[in-house]
Amino acid sequence: MSFKHSPMVRVADPVDKEALFTPEIRAEIDRWVAKYPPEWRQSAVMAGLRILQDHNGGWLTQPLMDDLAAYLDMPEVAVYEVATFYSMYSLEPVGRHKLCVCTNVSCMLNGSDRLVEHLEKRLGTRLGGTTEDGRFTLKEVECLGACGGAPVMQLGRQYYENLTPEILDSILDGLE
Amino acid sequence: MANECCFRTLDLDRPWLLEQYRSRGGYDALARVLGDPMDPAAIIDELKTSGLRGRGGAGFPTGVKWSFIRRDEPGDKYIVCNSDEGEPGTFKDRDILRYNPHALIEGMIIAGYVVGANVGYNYIRGEFWEPYERFEGALEEARAAGLLGKDILGSGFDFDIHSHLGAGAYICGEETALLESIEGKKGQPRFKPPFPAMFGLYGRPTLINNTESLASVPEILRRGGEWFRDLGVKNSGGTKLFSVSGNVNRPGNFEVSMGIPFRELLEMAGGVKDGRRLKGVIPGGSSSPVVPGDLMMELNMDYDSIAGAGSMLGSGAVIVMDDSNCMVRVLERMAYFYHEESCGQCTPCREGTGWLYRVVHRIERGEGRPEDLDLLDDVAARIQGRTICALGDAAALPVAGMLRHFREEFEYHIDHKRCMVGAR
Repeated sequence: MSFKHSPMVRVADPVDKEALFTPEIRAEIDRWVAKYPPEWRQSAVMAGLRILQDHNGGWLTQPLMDDLAAYLDMPEVAVYEVATFYSMYSLEPVGRHKLCVCTNVSCMLNGSDRLVEHLEKRLGTRLGGTTEDGRFTLKEVECLGACGGAPVMQLGRQYYENLTPEILDSILDGLE
Repeated sequence: MANECCFRTLDLDRPWLLEQYRSRGGYDALARVLGDPMDPAAIIDELKTSGLRGRGGAGFPTGVKWSFIRRDEPGDKYIVCNSDEGEPGTFKDRDILRYNPHALIEGMIIAGYVVGANVGYNYIRGEFWEPYERFEGALEEARAAGLLGKDILGSGFDFDIHSHLGAGAYICGEETALLESIEGKKGQPRFKPPFPAMFGLYGRPTLINNTESLASVPEILRRGGEWFRDLGVKNSGGTKLFSVSGNVNRPGNFEVSMGIPFRELLEMAGGVKDGRRLKGVIPGGSSSPVVPGDLMMELNMDYDSIAGAGSMLGSGAVIVMDDSNCMVRVLERMAYFYHEESCGQCTPCREGTGWLYRVVHRIERGEGRPEDLDLLDDVAARIQGRTICALGDAAALPVAGMLRHFREEFEYHIDHKRCMVGAR
């Protein structure tokens, strides 16, 4: 049995990859590229998007995605497909702190509604919104895989478990 | 018996460190496998004897899966670990990565030796940053100790492991979607056959297992397949990690023998919160149909017992619900989840999950129509069995389960335009 199975082909003039990103960002992306077979540079697209997003205040622009496509030898549309498919990429500006509150079953059974209500009131924005001062984005997320500590919120790279409105307040008070 | 296998270092200080793992026999199995090179077929036989079944939820016998790849087939082969833990209610792999990452590493190396692969990838969901860092730290320790990389323990066998981080997509827990994702694409499942054993990552033969399955392998080989099998019951060998959450006093992961009465597991989790009555239990992650509380109290936590009640042991995620909960609301939230996470590839799932959510949503809001319950059954039946992957079934099954066991609550919502239990 044989199936066609090869990396996607990029039809575009070659670019000077060293001119695309800072040496620091290139080094970060290259660390991921090195994990995969040489002809499958595109395997690093998820890591690349994450790294670029982190360096760009939490969101991705089209020029950034186009540069990544060139850097990984893949079609631009293939990068857009990935960026729009996975929920952790943002294609619009976000607040300095992205509050990702799980409302799935185990968290719901343990009062995630109260947390959402509390946050909406305190921040003056609805789920999916960003505060006017650009400090906070409030996001509803699906199961974070930490149901033993429900209700759970992810903030940056960290999980906060067994939350109550009071604990939330103390976390938010400590943020810039 | 508790904490015999994946959690056997849990009581130690900083149990994730190499020295701690070694103090409990860690990497002994690998040394034995590579020392006087063991016949890979004998390792597979040991796994078959152990009764270990896929811990991600499907329950396929691990030893049989390992036998599908021909060791002598030339060219690249891959080991892939599925740490894309996302089934609502499941949080066990997170703790394996955080507290015993070396068990997984050892399991992956042994798997590589058995099928003749030299590279492994561990797909960790993007939200799991702490577990990812813990796993990366363990990889470094293993490399420095000559347990990973070139010429492992002087055996001439090369094997290395890389983490791949996801970015938020439940569907990537489906094995072929996960492979697509590593290849830098949207995580949309592939048709099967061909199965990954033949045509997997980068089109090459690939062995893909759940984190808990792979992390169980070293201890099974160290203490023998029979030892593991006898910890459990017929058709459900060994121990299993059960993630207990919801309305219980002490939620958490419990590594216990397969076949333990649910009653005992509930006790370990501190019983139902606030002394309330047990209403229902989702016994194996949100895709498994709900089981009424009274019936659940008579069941044991093994594949056959749970299947006998019309549900599934799945990933071992036990969501406990007390009598203050409205089942319409619970189903609404679950339907929303599958609608949100459908990858959009197959029409019955892409459209059907939206139908399910919208209909349950209007029932919950008191806008349900008398014909809605038949409509839900009809839509669920039209999704089930008509999609490339199991997400369609996973969305349909809970609907059927809820309507079978808690139909009167849905009817009450429709007739009275409000909730029967007064949840809101």
